[in-house]
Amino acid sequence: MSFIIVFMWSFVLWLVLTAGTKGMLWSPEELAAGVIFSSIVAYSTKNIVGEKASRFLNPSKWLGFVVYSVGPLFWGMVKANLDVAYRVITGKIKPGIVRVPVDLENEAQYTILSNSITLTPGTLTIEACPDEKALYVHWINVTEPEPQSSEVIAGSFEKWARRLGK
Amino acid sequence: MIEYMIYTFLAINMIFNLLGSISLHRFPDVYTRLHGATKCTTFGTIFAVLAVVVHALYQLRITNDPKYLQMALHSVVALIALLLTNPTGAHAIAKAAHLSGVKPVKAVIDAYERKLEEGAQ
Repeated sequence: MSFIIVFMWSFVLWLVLTAGTKGMLWSPEELAAGVIFSSIVAYSTKNIVGEKASRFLNPSKWLGFVVYSVGPLFWGMVKANLDVAYRVITGKIKPGIVRVPVDLENEAQYTILSNSITLTPGTLTIEACPDEKALYVHWINVTEPEPQSSEVIAGSFEKWARRLGK
Repeated sequence: MIEYMIYTFLAINMIFNLLGSISLHRFPDVYTRLHGATKCTTFGTIFAVLAVVVHALYQLRITNDPKYLQMALHSVVALIALLLTNPTGAHAIAKAAHLSGVKPVKAVIDAYERKLEEGAQ
């Protein structure tokens, strides 16, 4: 199962990277080389990619990722970037590392949430602790030293991470 | 018209990359500098890539030359790779800095330090 998924994604990436080299579409030689290289990649990673890899085949999840990254994530980055720009110019900072309790189940959800938090400026995930269900976040302007939920830091990201990482 | 759109994207890119560089100079310690240096530049780079994509698609429509399609697609792949690796790298640097004993300057609270101390006892 994981072989097919890795093969498919590597082949898609190959098609994207080779589009337009000779005419608009792909030549047969390119397609053949793509099949060979994708097979090598898929074979060599078949023990690394876990059993839950079938979730990468779910089209509603692809759509979810696209909507999430152009919607809430991009808007969060715009707001946070303007905030950090203000702090860079005025130099008004109040940094600190806070513990943020989160309610997530698996590692994919932790990865999505902590990457989203790190990608929005002003917050930087230092450590994710799935055993105590908490993230340690360096925050450039601490308004609440002991937040009770990730709402103050990440807004709606936690809800999205829970849905996308299932 | 398209030119002005490209210029706007490039201007936004330049402003945020400049702010990222200034933040390296102004902020006091490694964590706050990481905020400026990694995040502002990522945001700027998104707009640089947008400018490239708009230019390439426009040229593709005029000249119908496939090399512009390649240009647009490669920039998008580079952007996705950047968006995935940038937060991971920033997180790794911050965690390594904390574990090797660099304290956040002027911090009002350091919950991670407290956790590490509790773990050591």
